[in-house]
Amino acid sequence: MLPGMMMRLLAVHKPAVLAIVVLQLLQTTANLLLPTLNAAIIDDGIVMGNTDLILRLGGLMAGIAAVQVATALAAGYFSANVAMKLGRQLRQELFAKVQSLSSQEVGSFGVPSLVTRATNDVQQIQALAVLVFTMLVAAPAMGIGGIVLALNQDVVLSGIVVAIVPVLVVIMYLIVRRLVPLYREGQILIDRISRVLREQIIGANVIRAFVRQAHEARRFAVVNRELTRNNLQSALLVAGMLPLIMIVVNLSSVAVVWFGGHRIQAGDMKLGALTAFIAYILQILIAIMMAMYVLMTAPRAAACAERIQAVLDTRPAIADPAISRAGLPHAQRTAGGTVEFRDVTFAYPGAEAPVLDRISFTAAPGTFTAIIGSTGSGKSTLLNLLPRFLDATSGEVLIGGHNVKSLPLHFLRNSLSLVPQRAYLFSGTVAENLRIAAPDASDDDLLRALRTAQAEEFVRDLPHGLHTPVSQGGTNFSGGQRQRLCIARALLRDAPVYLFDDSLSALDHATDARLREALTPLTRRSTVIIVAERIATILDAGLILVLDNGRLVAQGTHSELMRTSTVYQEIAASQLALGGRV
Amino acid sequence: MIAAEPTTTTAVAAPGAAWATSRRLLGLLGPVRWRMLGAVAATCAFVALNVSAPKLLGDATDVVVEGVFGGTFNERKLATLLLLVAVMYIGASLFSWVQGAVTATAVQHVSYRLRASVEDKLHRLPSAHFDEQRRGDVLSRATNDVDNISQALNQLLNQLILSVLMLLGALAMMLWLSPLLAVIALVTVPFSTVVTVLVARKSQAHFTEQWRTTGELNAHLEEYITGHEVLKAFGRQGMATEVFTTSNDRLSRTSARAQYVSGAVQPLLVFVSNLNYIAVAVVGALQVTAGAMTIGGVQAFIQFSRLFSQPIGQIGGMLTVMQSCLASAERVFALLDAAEIPRDGTEQAGELAGREPAGAEGAAVTGGRVVFDAVTFGYNSGPPVVRELSFTAEPGQTVAIVGHTGAGKTTMVNLLMRFYELDSGRITVDGVDIAGRGRDELRSMIGMVLQDAWVFTGSIRENIEYGRPGASDTDILSAAEATHVDHFVRALPDGYGTLLGNDGDSLSQGQRQLITIARAQLAGRSILVLDEATSSVDTRTEVQIRQAMQRLRQGRTSFVIAHRLSTVRDADLILVMDHGRIVEHGNHQQLLAANGHYSRLYDAQFSGRADALRAGESGQ
Repeated sequence: MLPGMMMRLLAVHKPAVLAIVVLQLLQTTANLLLPTLNAAIIDDGIVMGNTDLILRLGGLMAGIAAVQVATALAAGYFSANVAMKLGRQLRQELFAKVQSLSSQEVGSFGVPSLVTRATNDVQQIQALAVLVFTMLVAAPAMGIGGIVLALNQDVVLSGIVVAIVPVLVVIMYLIVRRLVPLYREGQILIDRISRVLREQIIGANVIRAFVRQAHEARRFAVVNRELTRNNLQSALLVAGMLPLIMIVVNLSSVAVVWFGGHRIQAGDMKLGALTAFIAYILQILIAIMMAMYVLMTAPRAAACAERIQAVLDTRPAIADPAISRAGLPHAQRTAGGTVEFRDVTFAYPGAEAPVLDRISFTAAPGTFTAIIGSTGSGKSTLLNLLPRFLDATSGEVLIGGHNVKSLPLHFLRNSLSLVPQRAYLFSGTVAENLRIAAPDASDDDLLRALRTAQAEEFVRDLPHGLHTPVSQGGTNFSGGQRQRLCIARALLRDAPVYLFDDSLSALDHATDARLREALTPLTRRSTVIIVAERIATILDAGLILVLDNGRLVAQGTHSELMRTSTVYQEIAASQLALGGRV
Repeated sequence: MIAAEPTTTTAVAAPGAAWATSRRLLGLLGPVRWRMLGAVAATCAFVALNVSAPKLLGDATDVVVEGVFGGTFNERKLATLLLLVAVMYIGASLFSWVQGAVTATAVQHVSYRLRASVEDKLHRLPSAHFDEQRRGDVLSRATNDVDNISQALNQLLNQLILSVLMLLGALAMMLWLSPLLAVIALVTVPFSTVVTVLVARKSQAHFTEQWRTTGELNAHLEEYITGHEVLKAFGRQGMATEVFTTSNDRLSRTSARAQYVSGAVQPLLVFVSNLNYIAVAVVGALQVTAGAMTIGGVQAFIQFSRLFSQPIGQIGGMLTVMQSCLASAERVFALLDAAEIPRDGTEQAGELAGREPAGAEGAAVTGGRVVFDAVTFGYNSGPPVVRELSFTAEPGQTVAIVGHTGAGKTTMVNLLMRFYELDSGRITVDGVDIAGRGRDELRSMIGMVLQDAWVFTGSIRENIEYGRPGASDTDILSAAEATHVDHFVRALPDGYGTLLGNDGDSLSQGQRQLITIARAQLAGRSILVLDEATSSVDTRTEVQIRQAMQRLRQGRTSFVIAHRLSTVRDADLILVMDHGRIVEHGNHQQLLAANGHYSRLYDAQFSGRADALRAGESGQ
């Protein structure tokens, strides 16, 4: 997986990689030439007493040293650039992929894990790339060179050198084989560390309120200990690698002297070959040590590559339809406003009972459709089928007469304006958050939307008005303020269909009432679907859908339902009991 | 994050700051100093063995040479020598392994403690800190930066010790052979130092930037993935991608710069030592031809100057790792140094662990008199959100707080819980100023349910048990039954073992709220705070849990914030808030009779609608 990924990513950088190889080759050659020239100075210069030659050779050596430093610097430059571009490319691909995933798919990885994969995991691959580029030429050149030179000296004795290679390969293989699963688990533990901390930040107030800091510290300590143990295990394995290799290589040099000594006594080998041999073995050892740095990094990078590839390989369940938008009128930016459900069932994969069970209804433009029902009855799920956050298990969801699955996603979502149940705001300013819905909206547009959403007053009271900073998630605003900002955001967009997912729950009744009144013009031209808990909110809805345990048990207007639906009557009675004047 | 401009920049490291950071980083090794000393000792042994073994191997070669030239091949002597060499090599490997293993445990110990102190710090940061800092950046410090420090320390400690020892060894040998030559070899040291310092000065800023950008990218990712449905709904993935790409490009650029600038040190140092090597060779050669030196002398000198320059090159090569490590350490330390919640009597450093609140149901529910006395407060010292707030809640009373969205209701809760500190005025519980009580002691008296139903990764059972650790199954079940949690949990395939907290779990918001109510029910504290606790719960369920809620409030001082006026009507005291002030107070009947603010709120909610609801009932 890792080599495949590297090859794919490096394909675009072929010229740079080639340059690195050539530069490293020059660098290594220059490095090997210097001692040879030094020997020449001694052998030819000093012995012959040739001062001229000494100076000439010295000058040549300086020239070669200059070439060496220049090529090394250039190689370093290209290596760093290519490695970091490789990381950038991976992060970009990951981000693009994550954006196409559904909530379920994001949830199956977990937010912290996806974040770790795009940062920490990518870093490991980058680090490996830098190392590979550095050792790419030098290590094999020195290793192979050493072996060739050894063979040249004495074929029989080279048997020892050749014999140690498989031994080393086996040692490295055994260690690497144990490292890969360890690193795989290690990355998962980093995810878990991140998840616990993220929960602690989000739930800081609850933790403090229940005075559970000590419990949280213990919960964290469990993961922290596991991660530490895991890291230690892999670090110990890595620490064992070098000594093992040294033992093998060093003992082989002992063997060389022993067997070489005997061969020399027998007259099969020259004396000089022995010293040379030991030098070559040393050279091979250095090459192996260089390769080892790569091998220490590779298993972790391999584990990371798997994790990254797992995300990249996810086929989003919800994707643009294969066919182009040929069937759509080009001038049109959005689909029509009629929303229709035909026998729609939705069940989570593997779940026994469906969340929505054979739902059929039609919501026409100019009407205000309400969905009411108990907690967990499937109201939000129903709304989520429209922008295709979820896809119906069976049945058809239509918008403007088109099945939502046949429409390009951006086109479909352009036709909708949604106020989600969890009022999520991004860090930035109030204005920036609103402009998520309409990037080109003027400040006046923003204020108008805020006015309709009953948010103008409090936004004007803010120290910097529209430009007041918003914390991540909107935590510096109250629940009701957040909801109204989200409503204003949705109103900024001119869409045929508006969806309000229980968006008025945190509003007080007066605000709720004023808001609904302000929305009236909107309801005249568009289809508005509101999920609500309070009957008061939906009294004048043209169509009320009553959901119970995923089934559509009744639909009609308020007065119709008050006559016909027991569930609706119960809901009404409960609200009377809770709030009415007695 | 919408805008792409960098957030909270850590000051670009001045050389002095880098020095201070390294000292502090070394300080972390304090608790493991004996182990580190052991590692140094093992390295010494390794170097000694590794240097003397080749010498003996040379002696062994001499035995072979003797055999060729002297005619008598002493096989026995050869075997003894080689055996000795083999033992020495095995010993060297053993010491090298000990050194590596000891260092690894020491480094992991340090990493463990770093992560633990980051986590501990989170509980000490004021709530305001989280309003300003982005989550993803904090998380990046705890994961990416600590991981980087850990990897770097491992590499540095292993190789630095070795390189420094080799350097000292070579220097000692040279001094022993010829002090004059040693001095000449030392000429390279100032050059190498100058090169290193120049490069390090240039590259440190890039490393600081690299890890800052990593944090920024982490924050973008965390935020965009969390809010991905909103981005999709409005078709703004393009915008998100743009912001992400800007950071991503910057990270790539700055990482590349950091890498190649600091990576330049090694080739440059090699170049310096090569020049030195050439100079020595040429000068030495000329000396020999002039008869001032012997060939052997020059050769020996060249060899040792090689031995001397090699570790210098290696140390230079570690600059990249070192600087990257420092940049990360600086970020982690900055988090650890962030201003904490002021200490109070009961909270002491290190005491946090192992201490658990006494929040058992058995703990007598006593007192609970809460007095707000001229309380004024504004977030981050901004304009006041509540002003001159004064009222008294008697033990066992239910106090309802109503008012428009943003009138300051939740702020009152935040102040009572001491999530924030007052600007002026005081709050007392049972006559004691809460500022003088320990925060944990205060909070142990209060059960709280917040609007943002917070559940953590764990089973439903664990999430309920959170209110009272160690609660029995019976207690948990009865809390779940009273709050209607049991009703829907039974329908789940895994029942109370159902895992929560993954961003994709399929519970509805209302169901999460019920779980948090069950949690507070189980906790059983003498004061209860319900901040929009049932806003997403449907009304039929609310009617069903209403009795439970009433039981929950019995004998407890309760603060209720709700838009549905159900609980409000029964409250002993209703505070009507507007723009941070109490504009009316009294009970339901009194306030209706007063025909003021409350009455208008109430009418807006119920005018005509009660009739409509009832009309249906009678079958209109």
